[in-house]
Amino acid sequence: MRKLTRLSRFNVASLALGLAFLYLPILILVIYSFNASRLVTVWGGWSLRWYHEFFNDRAMIEAAWMSFRVAVSSATIATLLGTLAAVALSRGERFRGRTLFSGMLYAPLVMPEVITGLSLLLLFVALNAERGFWTVTIAHTTLTMCFVAVVVQSRLGSLDRSLEEAAMDLGCDPVRAFVAVTLPLIAPAIVAGWMLAFTLSLDDLVIASFTTGPGSATLPIRIYSEVRLGVKPEINAICTLVIALIAAVIVIASLASKLSSSQGESAAPL
Amino acid sequence: MSARRIFARPARFAAIAPYVWMVLFFLVPFAFVLKISLSQTAIAQPPYEPVFDLTAGWEALKAAFAALGIDNFRLLVSDDIYVFAYVRSLTVAVTATVLLLLIGYPIAYGMARLPKRWQAVAMVLVIVPFWTSFLIRIYAWINILQHDGLLNQILLALHLVSQPVVWLSTDTAMYIGIVYSYLPFMILPLYATLAKMEPMLEEAASDLGAPPWQVFWLVTFPLSLPGVGAGVLLCFIPIVGEFVIPDLLAGSNSLMIGQTLWLEFFTNKDWPVASAAAIVLLVVLLLPLLLYERLQKRQLEQGR
Repeated sequence: MRKLTRLSRFNVASLALGLAFLYLPILILVIYSFNASRLVTVWGGWSLRWYHEFFNDRAMIEAAWMSFRVAVSSATIATLLGTLAAVALSRGERFRGRTLFSGMLYAPLVMPEVITGLSLLLLFVALNAERGFWTVTIAHTTLTMCFVAVVVQSRLGSLDRSLEEAAMDLGCDPVRAFVAVTLPLIAPAIVAGWMLAFTLSLDDLVIASFTTGPGSATLPIRIYSEVRLGVKPEINAICTLVIALIAAVIVIASLASKLSSSQGESAAPL
Repeated sequence: MSARRIFARPARFAAIAPYVWMVLFFLVPFAFVLKISLSQTAIAQPPYEPVFDLTAGWEALKAAFAALGIDNFRLLVSDDIYVFAYVRSLTVAVTATVLLLLIGYPIAYGMARLPKRWQAVAMVLVIVPFWTSFLIRIYAWINILQHDGLLNQILLALHLVSQPVVWLSTDTAMYIGIVYSYLPFMILPLYATLAKMEPMLEEAASDLGAPPWQVFWLVTFPLSLPGVGAGVLLCFIPIVGEFVIPDLLAGSNSLMIGQTLWLEFFTNKDWPVASAAAIVLLVVLLLPLLLYERLQKRQLEQGR
């Protein structure tokens, strides 16, 4: 009998090529960020010159700080709202307007960002709101809470409900059962949701461009305007720093989920 | 009353905050887009009219309503620039989605055939680039594809070409960028269905004498269709509205609708036309979604 389920040479080759395709461009970028040469393509030896340049670029630093503040605050609000939404959807059973609610939660996941950005800007203009930190934060919260809701909801769905029911049989009211039993069990998903919201906000260019005001550009907006003018080696360094930050975030997230999995429950991968 | 039912009541209250948020910052903004798409461009702040003034009284409000019109939509249908932009967006999205399926399927298939322990590793490896900034990944390709970039250096060193090839500002570069950015979105749903598939089905077909390609085409592929549908949808819809990748990698001679909308808004400051373009884009995108839902429903009915 021929075994089809075994890994064939074709399977290995397509996997290896696929992963190389995904990783090589990023690897090349990181290596070239340490290039001493002013020309982006000529290797002039290892150097931290472009990192130095970045740390002396006030406008870039300010944009990075703005991005960081927006990402932290929008991810935090989004995690709160998204977790509540996930609880309502997976434990609330039927309530009035549930279909509309879940529709609104899933729509931003696939909606082109130009539409989301445009509609929020028109709202802010109509409300005469001053555009800047808060409008970008609100916009990012709206987008990322949907991702948090999906991540937390999938975790809640795979959870054994009898645990909550046992707690309630032992005299807990539902809210206490949730806080004492369910919340620790879904904590890894909540952490993962926050991380996802954080990186999505840090990454966003389109929605931020629509909802920010003059003088409060985020890092992607600045990078984008630089890139449009041509490749600059400094951008390589900034990109590498962002990649390093995101890598750190992923490591912390996986450590957090490992920690909770060693406490007995197996952590669901994102 | 069972514990489950008691739990349902407070859980419903959990919906209030996110519900209000989504209505305020997702639903209501669409009402504004719709309203402004029916307005006229004006040289004012905000750059459209009429502006509803709720304090001006009923008559003024009625007059404002009467001033709304569908001129912007007429413009979209009659102006070649917009028609081409929509056609180009759809063409690019279809081509890119087919490419993604052709490239993503073998990768997902390879992942699903790995030993269980390695499957988890492969999945993390596919997800990590998705966490890495999207703009940075496009920028990485600009580095590689530019005139004296790495790709041309390699091609020249291997004597495959005698002159540097122009990669940047071509459709090829744009497709590379799109496939690169959206590949995880295609692989993950495909992998999810392929990994769940019962390997015995393939073995049975093979035992009955089917050659491998027949096993794949008659057994594996039809069973993976739900994953194919999800992957196609997950890629197709955002690609239609894509703005950054074509802007940075493709030439500026033919714009996609996302770019046209952006230019209309930021450069021409024609907010009403941009809003109308957004509404039409939304309608265009609803079609594949509804189609997918119908197909899924029919599949469920057949399954019974």
